[in-house]
Amino acid sequence: MLAYIVRRLLILIPTLLGVSIIVFMMLRMTPGDPAELLLGERATNEALVEVRERLGLNEPLHVQYGLFLKRLAQGDLGETIWTRQKVWTEIRERFPATIELAVVALGISCVVGIFLGIVSATRQYSIFDYLSMLGALIGVSMPIFWLGLVFMLIFSLGLGWLPISGRLSIGVSIETITNFYILDSLLTRNWVALRDVIWHIIMPAVTLSTIPTAIVARMTRSAMLEVLRQDYIKTAKAKGLSNFKVVYKHALRNALIPVVTTIGLQFGVLLCGAILTETIFAWPGVGKWMYDAVMKRDYMVIQGGTLFIASLFIFINLAVDVLYAVINPRISVR
Amino acid sequence: MTVEAVLGSPEIRHPLLEQLSQLWRNKTAVAGLVIVILFIGAALLAPWISPHDPIETSLYDQLQPPAWAEGGSTRHILGTDDLGRDILSRIIWGARVSLLVAVVSVSLAFVVGTLIGSLAGYYKGTLDNVTMRVMDIILSFPYILLAIVVVAYLGPNLRNAMIAIGITYVPRFARIVRGSVLEESEKDYVLAARSIGAGNLRIVFLEILPNCLGPLIVQTTLSFASAVLDAAALSFLGLGAQPPTPEWGAMIAHSRSLILRASWVMTFPGIAILLAVLGFNLLGDGLRDALDPRLRD
Repeated sequence: MLAYIVRRLLILIPTLLGVSIIVFMMLRMTPGDPAELLLGERATNEALVEVRERLGLNEPLHVQYGLFLKRLAQGDLGETIWTRQKVWTEIRERFPATIELAVVALGISCVVGIFLGIVSATRQYSIFDYLSMLGALIGVSMPIFWLGLVFMLIFSLGLGWLPISGRLSIGVSIETITNFYILDSLLTRNWVALRDVIWHIIMPAVTLSTIPTAIVARMTRSAMLEVLRQDYIKTAKAKGLSNFKVVYKHALRNALIPVVTTIGLQFGVLLCGAILTETIFAWPGVGKWMYDAVMKRDYMVIQGGTLFIASLFIFINLAVDVLYAVINPRISVR
Repeated sequence: MTVEAVLGSPEIRHPLLEQLSQLWRNKTAVAGLVIVILFIGAALLAPWISPHDPIETSLYDQLQPPAWAEGGSTRHILGTDDLGRDILSRIIWGARVSLLVAVVSVSLAFVVGTLIGSLAGYYKGTLDNVTMRVMDIILSFPYILLAIVVVAYLGPNLRNAMIAIGITYVPRFARIVRGSVLEESEKDYVLAARSIGAGNLRIVFLEILPNCLGPLIVQTTLSFASAVLDAAALSFLGLGAQPPTPEWGAMIAHSRSLILRASWVMTFPGIAILLAVLGFNLLGDGLRDALDPRLRD
């Protein structure tokens, strides 16, 4: 087991290097002077000279890449073009909002998806099965940026139930400790803020959870069907266990193994979806920040944000693989 | 299938056709096929079937509601947008743009991915290790982020969106083909081909690859679904088709400011995207059931 984890960690090194090469090369391959791209059109000549000097833009490519890696190793992602702040500081400010949204969305996906999957599998070919699988198919085909707008139209503009955008109403204040607003309002026992935060997160989280919910439901259903066909389930039934116990205790445990992997991989899908969802709902997270950067051509932000999200994605996938090996003792850890 | 059924059939059909004929028994797959045909038909016949010009603006016809709503007319069945453009016509022409993006980007991924995958699977060793590591690296970017970044650097237009989507889809094809080729290359017929003196390239592309078509067809169909979706998402973000191109995602983006006054402007392009993607997904699922029995649940 340890050997497996060590091996996976070793594979991480070339993968992360590869990601850094791609991010490094993108700026260099973009038509135009990199220093000008990085500083924007307003840059003075002195600043351009300074940046060329500091990033070694006059040096050959491999030297530039070496300097790039060195700065990365020191945790230096540079300064943004527009706000002149450290890229890393901006990521740290916005990241909790994205994670909060993604975790709530993933929570919705797990609960709804697993429930739909189990019920569909235990009642295969019933009306419920057909409807939920049709729903799941529509879910995976859903343009979520459109769904978000439809939700807005119905629940905010039409019925007035939910706030249209943002993370918090004006006038509601939160003492930020972790920057996870749900957590912060719980910690400070600020119930007014908690209600407001939950009110704001419902619509973006449900929108974001659409595709993962559908995928989890389909995965759970097929995993459950596979398990329910096996002999030990017949044995469990034969010895007189209640249907509930057979399904939820004996079958579900084994069926969940592939489902856990699927759920883990959905985190990446959520980070992708976050760019769309955050943009629509003006959610102040990393996704919207990246989108704004693309619109403003802030290459430092694009570069730093891409590196950050890709690394995060790699680590999550690694964690999922290791977790999979841990929960499934049958996996051959070669 | 029973033994009698096999022995009793007078003609022996190609196994791939045999498997494809199962598709007809799958009602959802046929539904998917119908949607896909309608979509492709709309795309191909756009100049003849669309009632109005998709780009021409008309000051007198601004924000006409759909025909069945109050104030609507049959002249504009799905209504018009704020520039007086007919929404139905724009959706029909939009099918053309979506189909174009899907065909170009998926073909790009198909060709490059199949080439990489088959060579990696056949030659194994270092080539396999290196190429698959590169595929892992591409896969380690959340794909829409990669597409957004590529477009951000190359510049926002439809051609770059197609390139970006194509690049992000290469690994799926490469991995599937590599897996199938690895499996197939161990089989006796490959040995037989080699023993009669067939060259490596001939063995890979003419002997082995045709046997890997099943999973490839499935992947291509499902990739069409995601390409339509991703192209719409990129255009929605302003990184794909630029105005006044009638593109579904761009139409939704344009209609955001009208959401209160004219919800139909936003509604119909979204339904079009949903239906097109659903069609390809249904067909892809059906094909998977028919062609790849291992994946059947």
